[in-house]
Amino acid sequence: MLVGRRIVAGLVVSFCCSAPQAQPIDGGASKVSATFRQLGVPVQGVFKNIKGDVEFDPKRAAQAKASLEIDVSGFDLGDKEYNAEVAKKDWFDAKNHPKASFVLTSVIPVNATQYKATGSLSIKGKTANLQFPVDIKMDAGKSVFEGKVAVNRLFFNIGEGEWKDTALVADEVLIQFRVVGAIAPAGAKK
Amino acid sequence: MKMTLEPSKTYHPISILLHWLMVFGLACATVMALIMVDMPGITPTKLRLFNYHKWLGVALWCFVIVRCVWRFLVPPPPLPAHMKRWEVSVAWLMHALLYVLMFAVPVAGYCYSLVAGYPVVWFGVWELPVFMAPDPELKAVFKLIHKTLGQAMWCLVGLHVLAGLKHWLVQKDGVMQRMLPFLKQKH
Repeated sequence: MLVGRRIVAGLVVSFCCSAPQAQPIDGGASKVSATFRQLGVPVQGVFKNIKGDVEFDPKRAAQAKASLEIDVSGFDLGDKEYNAEVAKKDWFDAKNHPKASFVLTSVIPVNATQYKATGSLSIKGKTANLQFPVDIKMDAGKSVFEGKVAVNRLFFNIGEGEWKDTALVADEVLIQFRVVGAIAPAGAKK
Repeated sequence: MKMTLEPSKTYHPISILLHWLMVFGLACATVMALIMVDMPGITPTKLRLFNYHKWLGVALWCFVIVRCVWRFLVPPPPLPAHMKRWEVSVAWLMHALLYVLMFAVPVAGYCYSLVAGYPVVWFGVWELPVFMAPDPELKAVFKLIHKTLGQAMWCLVGLHVLAGLKHWLVQKDGVMQRMLPFLKQKH
Protein backbone atom coordinates (compact mmCIF):
# COMPACT_ATOMS: atom_id res chain seq x y z
CA MET A 1 0.00 0.00 0.00
CA LEU A 2 2.68 2.44 1.13
CA VAL A 3 5.00 1.35 -1.66
CA GLY A 4 2.16 1.77 -4.13
CA ARG A 5 1.52 5.26 -2.93
CA ARG A 6 5.19 6.18 -3.26
CA ILE A 7 5.17 4.95 -6.82
CA VAL A 8 2.06 6.98 -7.54
CA ALA A 9 3.54 10.05 -5.92
CA GLY A 10 6.71 9.57 -7.95
CA LEU A 11 4.79 9.20 -11.18
CA VAL A 12 2.59 12.15 -10.47
CA VAL A 13 5.57 14.35 -9.58
CA SER A 14 7.30 13.44 -12.80
CA PHE A 15 4.26 14.36 -14.92
CA CYS A 16 2.65 17.35 -13.36
CA CYS A 17 5.23 19.87 -12.44
CA SER A 18 2.85 22.75 -11.79
CA ALA A 19 0.64 20.78 -9.37
CA PRO A 20 2.86 18.08 -8.00
CA GLN A 21 0.20 16.14 -6.12
CA ALA A 22 -2.72 16.43 -8.49
CA GLN A 23 -3.69 13.59 -10.76
CA PRO A 24 -5.95 13.92 -13.73
CA ILE A 25 -9.06 11.82 -13.33
CA ASP A 26 -9.63 8.61 -15.20
CA GLY A 27 -12.56 9.50 -17.44
CA GLY A 28 -13.36 5.86 -18.13
CA ALA A 29 -13.44 4.72 -14.52
CA SER A 30 -15.17 7.83 -13.24
CA LYS A 31 -18.93 8.17 -13.42
CA VAL A 32 -21.20 11.07 -12.70
CA SER A 33 -24.94 10.59 -13.08
CA ALA A 34 -28.06 12.59 -12.37
CA THR A 35 -31.38 10.99 -11.47
CA PHE A 36 -34.62 12.92 -11.53
CA ARG A 37 -38.27 12.01 -11.36
CA GLN A 38 -40.66 12.57 -14.22
CA LEU A 39 -44.27 12.11 -13.04
CA GLY A 40 -42.78 9.91 -10.34
CA VAL A 41 -40.73 7.81 -12.76
CA PRO A 42 -36.99 7.80 -11.97
CA VAL A 43 -34.92 8.71 -15.01
CA GLN A 44 -31.14 8.55 -14.93
CA GLY A 45 -28.68 10.25 -17.21
CA VAL A 46 -24.91 9.88 -17.26
CA PHE A 47 -22.42 12.63 -18.02
CA LYS A 48 -20.23 11.09 -20.69
CA ASN A 49 -17.46 13.67 -20.83
CA ILE A 50 -15.86 14.56 -17.53
CA LYS A 51 -12.44 15.97 -16.98
CA GLY A 52 -10.68 17.17 -13.88
CA ASP A 53 -8.00 16.72 -11.29
CA VAL A 54 -8.01 15.18 -7.88
CA GLU A 55 -5.49 15.40 -5.11
CA PHE A 56 -5.67 13.25 -2.03
CA ASP A 57 -3.22 12.07 0.59
CA PRO A 58 -4.80 10.13 3.47
CA LYS A 59 -2.18 11.62 5.80
CA ARG A 60 -3.22 15.12 4.89
CA ALA A 61 -6.85 14.42 4.13
CA ALA A 62 -8.01 17.90 5.01
CA GLN A 63 -6.02 19.20 2.06
CA ALA A 64 -7.81 17.00 -0.45
CA LYS A 65 -8.70 18.79 -3.63
CA ALA A 66 -10.85 18.00 -6.57
CA SER A 67 -12.12 19.90 -9.54
CA LEU A 68 -14.34 18.61 -12.28
CA GLU A 69 -15.37 19.97 -15.61
CA ILE A 70 -18.37 18.39 -17.23
CA ASP A 71 -19.53 18.68 -20.82
CA VAL A 72 -23.27 19.18 -20.48
CA SER A 73 -23.83 18.13 -24.09
CA GLY A 74 -22.52 14.71 -23.05
CA PHE A 75 -25.51 14.12 -20.77
CA ASP A 76 -26.81 10.78 -21.97
CA LEU A 77 -30.32 9.66 -21.07
CA GLY A 78 -30.11 6.62 -23.31
CA ASP A 79 -32.37 8.11 -25.96
CA LYS A 80 -31.40 10.40 -28.85
CA GLU A 81 -34.55 12.51 -28.61
CA TYR A 82 -34.11 13.06 -24.90
CA ASN A 83 -30.43 13.93 -25.30
CA ALA A 84 -31.29 16.52 -27.94
CA GLU A 85 -34.03 17.96 -25.73
CA VAL A 86 -31.89 18.44 -22.59
CA ALA A 87 -29.21 20.29 -24.55
CA LYS A 88 -31.80 22.93 -25.51
CA LYS A 89 -32.11 26.42 -24.08
CA ASP A 90 -34.81 25.47 -21.54
CA TRP A 91 -32.55 22.82 -20.01
CA PHE A 92 -28.74 22.92 -20.02
CA ASP A 93 -28.51 25.49 -22.82
CA ALA A 94 -25.40 23.66 -24.01
CA LYS A 95 -24.73 26.29 -26.69
CA ASN A 96 -24.26 29.13 -24.23
CA HIS A 97 -23.18 27.15 -21.19
CA PRO A 98 -21.27 24.15 -22.52
CA LYS A 99 -19.53 23.33 -19.25
CA ALA A 100 -20.67 22.60 -15.74
CA SER A 101 -18.04 22.55 -13.03
CA PHE A 102 -17.52 21.45 -9.50
CA VAL A 103 -14.74 22.55 -7.16
CA LEU A 104 -14.18 20.86 -3.85
CA THR A 105 -13.27 23.56 -1.35
CA SER A 106 -12.83 21.62 1.89
CA VAL A 107 -13.14 18.21 3.44
CA ILE A 108 -13.50 17.45 7.13
CA PRO A 109 -12.75 13.87 8.18
CA VAL A 110 -15.61 12.04 9.88
CA ASN A 111 -13.94 8.62 10.09
CA ALA A 112 -11.30 6.61 8.23
CA THR A 113 -12.93 6.98 4.81
CA GLN A 114 -15.82 9.35 5.30
CA TYR A 115 -15.56 13.08 4.97
CA LYS A 116 -17.83 16.03 5.06
CA ALA A 117 -17.24 17.86 1.83
CA THR A 118 -17.97 21.42 0.86
CA GLY A 119 -17.80 22.56 -2.71
CA SER A 120 -19.31 24.77 -5.32
CA LEU A 121 -21.27 23.53 -8.27
CA SER A 122 -21.75 25.74 -11.30
CA ILE A 123 -24.29 24.96 -13.98
CA LYS A 124 -25.78 27.28 -16.57
CA GLY A 125 -24.14 30.34 -15.03
CA LYS A 126 -25.41 29.69 -11.51
CA THR A 127 -23.24 28.58 -8.62
CA ALA A 128 -24.47 26.73 -5.55
CA ASN A 129 -22.48 25.86 -2.46
CA LEU A 130 -23.04 22.27 -1.51
CA GLN A 131 -22.31 20.26 1.58
CA PHE A 132 -22.46 16.51 1.40
CA PRO A 133 -20.82 13.36 2.76
CA VAL A 134 -18.13 11.86 0.57
CA ASP A 135 -16.17 8.64 0.76
CA ILE A 136 -12.52 9.04 -0.15
CA LYS A 137 -10.14 6.15 -0.28
CA MET A 138 -7.08 4.90 -2.07
CA ASP A 139 -7.70 1.94 -4.33
CA ALA A 140 -4.66 0.39 -6.04
CA GLY A 141 -2.80 3.65 -5.80
CA LYS A 142 -5.67 5.69 -7.19
CA SER A 143 -7.76 8.05 -5.15
CA VAL A 144 -11.48 7.36 -5.35
CA PHE A 145 -14.08 9.96 -4.42
CA GLU A 146 -17.56 8.55 -4.08
CA GLY A 147 -20.89 9.86 -2.90
CA LYS A 148 -24.16 11.50 -3.80
CA VAL A 149 -25.70 14.88 -3.37
CA ALA A 150 -29.18 16.21 -4.00
CA VAL A 151 -29.54 19.51 -5.84
CA ASN A 152 -32.52 21.56 -6.94
CA ARG A 153 -32.73 21.87 -10.69
CA LEU A 154 -34.79 25.06 -10.58
CA PHE A 155 -31.99 26.89 -8.75
CA PHE A 156 -29.87 26.40 -11.88
CA ASN A 157 -32.80 27.18 -14.19
CA ILE A 158 -32.66 23.65 -15.53
CA GLY A 159 -36.07 23.19 -17.10
CA GLU A 160 -37.58 26.56 -17.91
CA GLY A 161 -40.93 27.60 -19.28
CA GLU A 162 -43.45 24.80 -19.24
CA TRP A 163 -40.84 22.51 -17.69
CA LYS A 164 -40.84 24.51 -14.46
CA ASP A 165 -43.79 22.42 -13.34
CA THR A 166 -42.38 20.24 -10.55
CA ALA A 167 -45.41 17.93 -10.72
CA LEU A 168 -44.08 16.95 -14.14
CA VAL A 169 -40.34 16.99 -13.41
CA ALA A 170 -39.40 17.01 -9.72
CA ASP A 171 -37.17 19.81 -8.48
CA GLU A 172 -34.83 17.46 -6.67
CA VAL A 173 -32.11 15.83 -8.72
CA LEU A 174 -29.80 13.28 -7.20
CA ILE A 175 -26.21 13.49 -8.41
CA GLN A 176 -24.21 10.33 -7.86
CA PHE A 177 -20.50 10.33 -8.46
CA ARG A 178 -17.50 8.07 -8.42
CA VAL A 179 -14.43 9.98 -9.43
CA VAL A 180 -11.21 8.04 -9.84
CA GLY A 181 -7.76 9.58 -10.16
CA ALA A 182 -5.79 8.23 -13.10
CA ILE A 183 -2.27 7.03 -13.12
CA ALA A 184 -0.74 7.75 -16.48
CA PRO A 185 0.54 4.53 -18.06
CA ALA A 186 4.32 4.11 -18.07
CA GLY A 187 4.35 4.34 -21.87
CA ALA A 188 3.02 7.89 -21.70
CA LYS A 189 6.09 9.05 -19.79
CA LYS A 190 8.30 11.32 -21.83
CA MET B 1 -70.08 -21.06 -2.09
CA LYS B 2 -71.06 -19.82 -5.54
CA MET B 3 -72.97 -16.62 -5.83
CA THR B 4 -74.34 -17.61 -9.20
CA LEU B 5 -77.58 -15.87 -10.00
CA GLU B 6 -80.45 -17.56 -11.79
CA PRO B 7 -79.96 -17.77 -15.58
CA SER B 8 -81.62 -14.81 -17.16
CA LYS B 9 -82.37 -13.53 -20.63
CA THR B 10 -80.35 -10.40 -20.18
CA TYR B 11 -77.03 -9.43 -18.73
CA HIS B 12 -76.83 -8.32 -15.12
CA PRO B 13 -76.83 -4.49 -14.97
CA ILE B 14 -73.33 -4.56 -13.46
CA SER B 15 -72.10 -6.76 -16.34
CA ILE B 16 -73.51 -4.19 -18.76
CA LEU B 17 -71.83 -1.35 -16.87
CA LEU B 18 -68.46 -3.16 -16.78
CA HIS B 19 -68.70 -3.90 -20.52
CA TRP B 20 -69.31 -0.30 -21.50
CA LEU B 21 -66.72 1.06 -19.05
CA MET B 22 -64.22 -1.27 -20.71
CA VAL B 23 -65.17 0.03 -24.17
CA PHE B 24 -64.71 3.60 -22.96
CA GLY B 25 -61.39 2.83 -21.24
CA LEU B 26 -59.95 0.99 -24.22
CA ALA B 27 -61.04 3.76 -26.58
CA CYS B 28 -59.41 6.43 -24.38
CA ALA B 29 -56.15 4.47 -24.09
CA THR B 30 -56.07 3.92 -27.85
CA VAL B 31 -56.85 7.53 -28.77
CA MET B 32 -54.08 8.68 -26.41
CA ALA B 33 -51.68 6.19 -27.98
CA LEU B 34 -52.47 7.32 -31.52
CA ILE B 35 -51.96 10.98 -30.58
CA MET B 36 -48.83 10.59 -28.47
CA VAL B 37 -46.80 8.43 -30.85
CA ASP B 38 -47.12 11.08 -33.56
CA MET B 39 -46.00 13.98 -31.35
CA PRO B 40 -42.51 15.15 -32.36
CA GLY B 41 -39.70 15.73 -29.87
CA ILE B 42 -40.13 15.75 -26.11
CA THR B 43 -42.86 18.01 -24.75
CA PRO B 44 -44.69 18.18 -21.41
CA THR B 45 -47.94 17.13 -23.13
CA LYS B 46 -46.27 14.14 -24.72
CA LEU B 47 -44.75 13.01 -21.41
CA ARG B 48 -48.10 13.39 -19.68
CA LEU B 49 -49.92 11.46 -22.39
CA PHE B 50 -47.42 8.60 -22.23
CA ASN B 51 -47.81 8.37 -18.48
CA TYR B 52 -51.60 8.69 -18.52
CA HIS B 53 -51.72 5.98 -21.18
CA LYS B 54 -49.66 3.68 -18.94
CA TRP B 55 -51.71 4.48 -15.84
CA LEU B 56 -54.91 3.77 -17.73
CA GLY B 57 -53.41 0.58 -19.17
CA VAL B 58 -52.60 -0.73 -15.70
CA ALA B 59 -56.11 0.22 -14.52
CA LEU B 60 -57.68 -1.60 -17.49
CA TRP B 61 -55.56 -4.67 -16.81
CA CYS B 62 -56.90 -4.77 -13.24
CA PHE B 63 -60.36 -4.11 -14.63
CA VAL B 64 -60.16 -7.13 -16.96
CA ILE B 65 -59.41 -9.33 -13.96
CA VAL B 66 -62.40 -7.87 -12.12
CA ARG B 67 -64.55 -8.56 -15.18
CA CYS B 68 -63.33 -12.19 -15.38
CA VAL B 69 -64.16 -12.73 -11.72
CA TRP B 70 -67.55 -11.10 -12.21
CA ARG B 71 -68.25 -13.19 -15.31
CA PHE B 72 -67.43 -16.31 -13.32
CA LEU B 73 -69.77 -15.30 -10.50
CA VAL B 74 -72.51 -13.98 -12.76
CA PRO B 75 -72.30 -15.91 -16.05
CA PRO B 76 -73.72 -14.36 -19.20
CA PRO B 77 -77.22 -15.41 -20.24
CA PRO B 78 -77.38 -18.38 -22.63
CA LEU B 79 -77.31 -17.74 -26.35
CA PRO B 80 -80.58 -18.15 -28.28
CA ALA B 81 -81.60 -21.69 -29.21
CA HIS B 82 -81.64 -21.00 -32.97
CA MET B 83 -77.84 -20.66 -33.07
CA LYS B 84 -75.99 -23.57 -34.61
CA ARG B 85 -73.30 -25.37 -32.65
CA TRP B 86 -70.47 -23.87 -34.71
CA GLU B 87 -71.94 -20.40 -34.22
CA VAL B 88 -71.96 -20.90 -30.48
CA SER B 89 -68.36 -22.13 -30.65
CA VAL B 90 -67.26 -19.14 -32.70
CA ALA B 91 -69.03 -16.78 -30.29
CA TRP B 92 -67.30 -18.46 -27.38
CA LEU B 93 -63.90 -18.32 -29.07
CA MET B 94 -64.40 -14.65 -29.95
CA HIS B 95 -65.16 -13.71 -26.36
CA ALA B 96 -62.26 -15.80 -25.04
CA LEU B 97 -59.86 -14.12 -27.48
CA LEU B 98 -61.15 -10.68 -26.56
CA TYR B 99 -60.47 -11.38 -22.90
CA VAL B 100 -57.01 -12.79 -23.66
CA LEU B 101 -56.13 -9.69 -25.67
CA MET B 102 -57.57 -7.23 -23.15
CA PHE B 103 -55.26 -8.93 -20.67
CA ALA B 104 -52.22 -9.28 -22.94
CA VAL B 105 -52.14 -5.81 -24.52
CA PRO B 106 -51.49 -4.00 -21.20
CA VAL B 107 -48.98 -6.69 -20.16
CA ALA B 108 -47.03 -6.18 -23.39
CA GLY B 109 -47.18 -2.40 -22.91
CA TYR B 110 -45.96 -2.69 -19.35
CA CYS B 111 -43.03 -4.87 -20.44
CA TYR B 112 -42.30 -2.42 -23.26
CA SER B 113 -42.05 0.39 -20.72
CA LEU B 114 -39.74 -1.65 -18.47
CA VAL B 115 -37.31 -2.68 -21.19
CA ALA B 116 -37.33 0.91 -22.46
CA GLY B 117 -35.96 1.82 -19.02
CA TYR B 118 -39.07 3.48 -17.62
CA PRO B 119 -40.65 1.72 -14.68
CA VAL B 120 -44.35 2.45 -14.30
CA VAL B 121 -45.24 4.60 -11.30
CA TRP B 122 -49.02 4.34 -11.06
CA PHE B 123 -50.60 7.80 -10.83
CA GLY B 124 -47.09 9.08 -10.11
CA VAL B 125 -47.24 7.54 -6.63
CA TRP B 126 -47.05 3.73 -6.61
CA GLU B 127 -43.92 2.19 -8.04
CA LEU B 128 -45.00 -1.01 -9.76
CA PRO B 129 -42.73 -4.05 -9.96
CA VAL B 130 -39.70 -3.94 -12.24
CA PHE B 131 -38.88 -7.44 -13.46
CA MET B 132 -36.96 -6.60 -16.61
CA ALA B 133 -33.86 -4.52 -17.19
CA PRO B 134 -33.56 -1.92 -19.96
CA ASP B 135 -32.77 -3.64 -23.24
CA PRO B 136 -32.85 -1.84 -26.63
CA GLU B 137 -33.45 -5.05 -28.60
CA LEU B 138 -36.31 -6.22 -26.40
CA LYS B 139 -37.67 -2.68 -26.52
CA ALA B 140 -38.28 -3.03 -30.27
CA VAL B 141 -39.77 -6.50 -29.76
CA PHE B 142 -42.24 -5.43 -27.06
CA LYS B 143 -43.17 -2.30 -28.98
CA LEU B 144 -44.16 -4.50 -31.92
CA ILE B 145 -46.02 -6.98 -29.69
CA HIS B 146 -47.92 -4.22 -27.88
CA LYS B 147 -48.90 -2.51 -31.12
CA THR B 148 -49.79 -5.69 -33.02
CA LEU B 149 -51.87 -7.18 -30.21
CA GLY B 150 -53.62 -3.82 -29.82
CA GLN B 151 -54.50 -3.80 -33.51
CA ALA B 152 -55.63 -7.43 -33.35
CA MET B 153 -57.83 -6.56 -30.37
CA TRP B 154 -59.55 -3.75 -32.27
CA CYS B 155 -60.06 -6.04 -35.28
CA LEU B 156 -61.81 -8.49 -32.98
CA VAL B 157 -63.85 -5.66 -31.48
CA GLY B 158 -64.92 -4.82 -35.03
CA LEU B 159 -66.04 -8.41 -35.62
CA HIS B 160 -67.74 -8.39 -32.22
CA VAL B 161 -69.76 -5.31 -33.26
CA LEU B 162 -70.59 -6.82 -36.65
CA ALA B 163 -71.82 -9.99 -34.96
CA GLY B 164 -74.00 -7.87 -32.67
CA LEU B 165 -75.39 -6.00 -35.67
CA LYS B 166 -76.18 -9.29 -37.37
CA HIS B 167 -78.14 -10.43 -34.31
CA TRP B 168 -79.97 -7.12 -34.25
CA LEU B 169 -80.70 -6.51 -37.92
CA VAL B 170 -80.63 -9.94 -39.54
CA GLN B 171 -81.56 -12.46 -36.89
CA LYS B 172 -83.60 -10.07 -34.77
CA ASP B 173 -83.17 -12.36 -31.79
CA GLY B 174 -82.60 -9.81 -29.03
CA VAL B 175 -78.93 -10.69 -28.43
CA MET B 176 -77.77 -7.11 -29.17
CA GLN B 177 -80.40 -5.76 -26.77
CA ARG B 178 -78.94 -7.77 -23.93
CA MET B 179 -75.99 -5.38 -23.91
CA LEU B 180 -77.98 -2.37 -25.15
CA PRO B 181 -81.21 -2.50 -23.13
CA PHE B 182 -82.49 0.76 -24.63
CA LEU B 183 -82.17 -0.45 -28.17
CA LYS B 184 -85.50 -1.38 -29.70
CA GLN B 185 -85.74 -4.64 -31.57
CA LYS B 186 -86.56 -4.27 -35.25
CA HIS B 187 -89.29 -6.50 -36.51
